[in-house]
Amino acid sequence: MAGVATQASLESAPRIMRLVAECSRSRARAGELRLPHGTVATPVFMPVGTQATMKGITTEQLDALGCRICLGNTYHLGLRPGPELIQKANGLHGFMNWPHNLLTDSGGFQMVSLVSLSEVTEEGVRFRSPYDGSETLLSPEKSVQIQNALEMTKRDVPGFAIGGLSGGESKSQFWRMVALSTSRLPKDKPRYLMGVGYATDLVVCVALGCDMFDCVFPTRTARFGSALVPTGNLQLRRKVFEKDFGPINPECTCPTCQKHSRAFLHALLHSDNTAALHHLTVHNIAYQLQLMSAVRTSIVEKRFPDFVRDFMGTMYGDPTLCPTWATDALASVGITLG
Amino acid sequence: MKLSLTKVVNGCRLGKIKNLGKTRDHTMDIPGCLLYTKTGSAPHLTHHTLRNIHGVPAMAQLTLSSLAEQHEVLTEYKEGVGKFIGMPESLLYCSLHDPVSPCPAGYVTNKSVSVWSVAGRMEMTVSKFMAIQQALQPDWFQCLSDGEVSCKEAASIKRVRKSVDRSLLFLDNCLRLQEESEVLQKSVIIGVIEGGDVMEERLRSARETAKRPVGGFLLDGFQGNPTTLETRLCLLSSVTAELPEDKPRLISGIGRPDEVLKCIERGVDLFESFFPYQVTERGGALTFSFDYQLNPEEILLQQNGTQEEIKCVDQIKKMEITGCNQEITSFEINLKEKMYREDFNPLVRGCSCYCCKNHTRAYIHHLLVTNELLAGVLLMMHNFEHYFGFFHSIREALKNDKLAQLKELIHRQAS
Repeated sequence: MAGVATQASLESAPRIMRLVAECSRSRARAGELRLPHGTVATPVFMPVGTQATMKGITTEQLDALGCRICLGNTYHLGLRPGPELIQKANGLHGFMNWPHNLLTDSGGFQMVSLVSLSEVTEEGVRFRSPYDGSETLLSPEKSVQIQNALEMTKRDVPGFAIGGLSGGESKSQFWRMVALSTSRLPKDKPRYLMGVGYATDLVVCVALGCDMFDCVFPTRTARFGSALVPTGNLQLRRKVFEKDFGPINPECTCPTCQKHSRAFLHALLHSDNTAALHHLTVHNIAYQLQLMSAVRTSIVEKRFPDFVRDFMGTMYGDPTLCPTWATDALASVGITLG
Repeated sequence: MKLSLTKVVNGCRLGKIKNLGKTRDHTMDIPGCLLYTKTGSAPHLTHHTLRNIHGVPAMAQLTLSSLAEQHEVLTEYKEGVGKFIGMPESLLYCSLHDPVSPCPAGYVTNKSVSVWSVAGRMEMTVSKFMAIQQALQPDWFQCLSDGEVSCKEAASIKRVRKSVDRSLLFLDNCLRLQEESEVLQKSVIIGVIEGGDVMEERLRSARETAKRPVGGFLLDGFQGNPTTLETRLCLLSSVTAELPEDKPRLISGIGRPDEVLKCIERGVDLFESFFPYQVTERGGALTFSFDYQLNPEEILLQQNGTQEEIKCVDQIKKMEITGCNQEITSFEINLKEKMYREDFNPLVRGCSCYCCKNHTRAYIHHLLVTNELLAGVLLMMHNFEHYFGFFHSIREALKNDKLAQLKELIHRQAS
């Protein structure tokens, strides 16, 4: 995407985010994104629908779960079915019949696109601007690079994507890079952390100041028979659930938990009926969306740090049993556990 | 339960079965079909997506082959399979086998019948069979029976005779066990008519089974390819002539629209709906017209001329799909074909199903090419709705004395 950034265009990036509340201790924020296909509350988890489909659930089901933004992957769609066909089908929205927002990783389909930051190298996080293709390297050690990054953050773009951090790096490196990024990014623009989706990671990264997340994990793990719950996950194929007649999570409001027991899902998972996978996909997306909603409410009600402590307590048995990296990350923004 | 016939036209019985179910307040229309399920769930569908379908039958078919291994679980559950699978309001019929999966021959003895599940073979004696039914608590269930002659080629008359004898023996034993159980008395036993291709044995099976206090009859062993049905149609008429008018007649393994009509004309009331599932599994969408009010040009328009295209391009292929060793029929289009890549029409113009109201042939084609799970979901929704619509049109045609027109329309579309 070539193009010269003129003075006018530098200042004309839309203000898509409105901050509704901020945590007084940590960097957590609650907000609203004003997007072409409707408003989206943040923090938000965006399910990933790689090939113009949300893996076995209909767009109506996804809408019914309260999802208002999900991901499409233009790399895959660029190959199949290809950009010309998508254009003929009235864009990706028309092709898959999704009335709400879509986030893609490039601008070919006239979506809202965010500046994408590329990969973490040995030196640090590399930023690339679509305006003039210039690259900026952010590394904690070198003040020159930090100054360059500050230059970047002064660019008038709608928001920032923090990428390349869901690879093989250690969790300790991971949270520090996220924290560094959010400390340098302007407050009034959304921070989209790519590829982050485990519940603990979401909660910690909200504390570190991120607003938007996407990950294939919940939908992928559903197709392996794993249901997400506040204490971790249930591998429903295991024999221990054969006669467990309660729902996956009695507190969950999703259709799967309203209608079905663990025992039935266990039986269905051992059959060749794909419906089993769809029940779990519905539940896992609901879990992620309900989690983000609960996080948001706690920020708005000024009790986010307590929420975090409760969350960690439920997930790990006791807040002090939380993994070290998460404890450190939370401490760095003023939240202590136990 | 009570079966009342509104009229009989050309051998076709139009009517209602009333006072069905544990609460005695469900009704079923005949001729009709049952909702096909696998392990207690419509294939590919959750409650939400099933609910999107118009005209879902009041009764669902469960298969013992898929549920027998839940025996212990259901015994502990105590509340019956309907509640277990999340379909507490549906009427339930439990058949022995899955019509889609062929059963290997050689596993019926004087004391037991084997059913085949994902986990392997399960041997059913009468007592084990009835114990499982006690745990399932279905509204209707097919009695344990020896249907093996239909799996074999050219069964000897001795073997055919044995299938009738065994099935009657199983029936009498099951009825006896039912008398001893309060729970089982709430379910209705469906007697099974066997006898292979031997007229004498078919008549014997029909007459003897009709003497027993069964709630209805299953006509077994008529499944096969279209040519085998033709030769068996005469047997079918003779069998139903021996059966009481006030009890429903089910048939297993018949799904093609032209075959359905032929069987209805010979006194059959209820069918399975595995056929739309088989079409779904090979990436097909049912497009045959059952709108006998439309003139032929309008019908072609509705289908976008694809039926003609199919005949020109000669697309009949054999496809090996697991358990669906079936040829593509002329009642469907194959969405994997390249010609649908840029076709932004719905599967069937004018169809009111979720898929046709929300998606295009191009999108379904894309989902099939990229191997996406949603293809099965959307196709299943369309194919079920289309098939249930077909049965509705049969009832309407009978009501309005238009059966001949419907028959002509369907047979014109049969290849």
